Amino acid sequence: MTVNQNRKITVNQMLKPIFLTLLFNLFLGISFSFGENEGKKEGEEKFNAGETIMEHVTDNHSWHILGHTSLPLPVIIYSDKGVECFSSSKFEEGRLAVQGNYNYGLIKGHIRVIGADIKIDEAATAKIWDFSITKNVASLFIGITVMLMIFLSVAKSYRKNAGKAPSGLQSWIEPLILFVRDDIAKPSIGEKHYRRFMPYLLTIFFFIWVNNLLGLIPIFPGGVNLTGNIAITLTLAVLTFIITTLNGNKHYWRHIFAMPGVPLWVLPLITLIEIMGVFLKPFVLMIRLFANIMAGHIIILSFISLIFIFGDMAKWIGYSVSPLSVGFSIFMGTLELLVAFLQAYVFTLLSAIYFGAAVEEHHHPPQHHDTEQQAII
Amino acid sequence: MDLVKPEIGLMFWMILSFGIVLFLLTKFAWKPITKALNERDASIQDALDTAKRTKDEMVALKSDNEKLLVQARAERDLMLKEARDTKDAIIAEAKTKAAAEANKMIKTAREAINSEKNAAIAELKNQVAILSVDIAEKILRHELANDDKQKALMTNLMKDVNLN
Repeated sequence: MTVNQNRKITVNQMLKPIFLTLLFNLFLGISFSFGENEGKKEGEEKFNAGETIMEHVTDNHSWHILGHTSLPLPVIIYSDKGVECFSSSKFEEGRLAVQGNYNYGLIKGHIRVIGADIKIDEAATAKIWDFSITKNVASLFIGITVMLMIFLSVAKSYRKNAGKAPSGLQSWIEPLILFVRDDIAKPSIGEKHYRRFMPYLLTIFFFIWVNNLLGLIPIFPGGVNLTGNIAITLTLAVLTFIITTLNGNKHYWRHIFAMPGVPLWVLPLITLIEIMGVFLKPFVLMIRLFANIMAGHIIILSFISLIFIFGDMAKWIGYSVSPLSVGFSIFMGTLELLVAFLQAYVFTLLSAIYFGAAVEEHHHPPQHHDTEQQAII
Repeated sequence: MDLVKPEIGLMFWMILSFGIVLFLLTKFAWKPITKALNERDASIQDALDTAKRTKDEMVALKSDNEKLLVQARAERDLMLKEARDTKDAIIAEAKTKAAAEANKMIKTAREAINSEKNAAIAELKNQVAILSVDIAEKILRHELANDDKQKALMTNLMKDVNLN
């Protein structure tokens, strides 16, 4: 079996979920059969848009660059037998299994332990932890390198230009920092407490934005659907949740567990809703960023894929569809530039609003106020 | 790989990388930058405050100056008026003094003239008397120069005398 076939089968199996079919019906307006490639002769395989798109938007142990060229990435596995590291190219040499502490196979993009009977050894698989530098991890490293380069150099210009007007990159970054400070942190958290949340808010804002933009670059070092990966958005949302919870003052907790001014018989219900809200807020943060960015990637790729889908019917259809597809892709790409900023803004703003709610100092009316009111009534 | 199942490996690297970025940027970028921004904000605010204060001071200074100017002008007018009054007083005094002096001098002169005149009249009277006596003597001498005239006179005189 060639490498290509191997991968095709695994991805085809992966694409069975119904929601993806629905997604494509929705975006492309055409029904699409994922199984149509099966049984085709080698070399005459049709373009499989679903495969291509899913390969792009999900994580991978190698980084596809162009055509049949992929960048192999290091595989790091921690198991009860210790840590081991090898290149992911070993999986692509057509071997059934990579000999290590266990016999590893790449099944549906996951590293699995292959037993002696050439089947997945579930018991042994449960013992291994995959800490590989995958495509997303590599992109993450590129993203943070870009961030560090930009902001450390900007910080240097602040030291150098102390007391002077900003210049160069500094004058480009400064309005953004001021935007986070004056339009996100200050109004949401308040003048008194906003300072201590600024480093986190600035970091998530620029982290999300920089990685969103890197994901929109169509060629090699970019184009990775990092912020559209659930693990990334989950981590960010959990961090916001932890910071909110750690900073919650007694008013915040009282509002959750004993909402003031609520009749006693409604209180259990309200408390239940409030407790659900505490977890729902970060959950929604996670889903929003994930879904927006992933959908953007899928839509752009779908438009491009249209060319090849029609090209498979007849070449001239593919050529005639291409200007339309490119036009739509450019439109979506432009829209995604906006979405890239918007999602970074929304995530940061909502985090700031949650922090604001956690540290808000409520000014309950003083006690005598109640008696006064009663007297009036 | 699955679309909605978070990978533990990616989460591990994400937490590690994000933690490092958060730490490094907080220490070496956000703190210095926000500090610089706050300092700049403060210095701009300070400059604006100073400008406003200076403007207020200028206005106050201007009104002070105007007040001073008005005062000075009033003082000058007062001084001028005083000087004029003094001048007038001096002139008036000088005039009265001069007039009195003149009067005094005229009076003295008149007195002197009067006494001179009286003396001259008295002298003239004496001269006239002496001259009259001389003239009378000369006439007498002339009238009585020969004897006939003396006899005529005697006869005349004798006629008037009646021996009663």
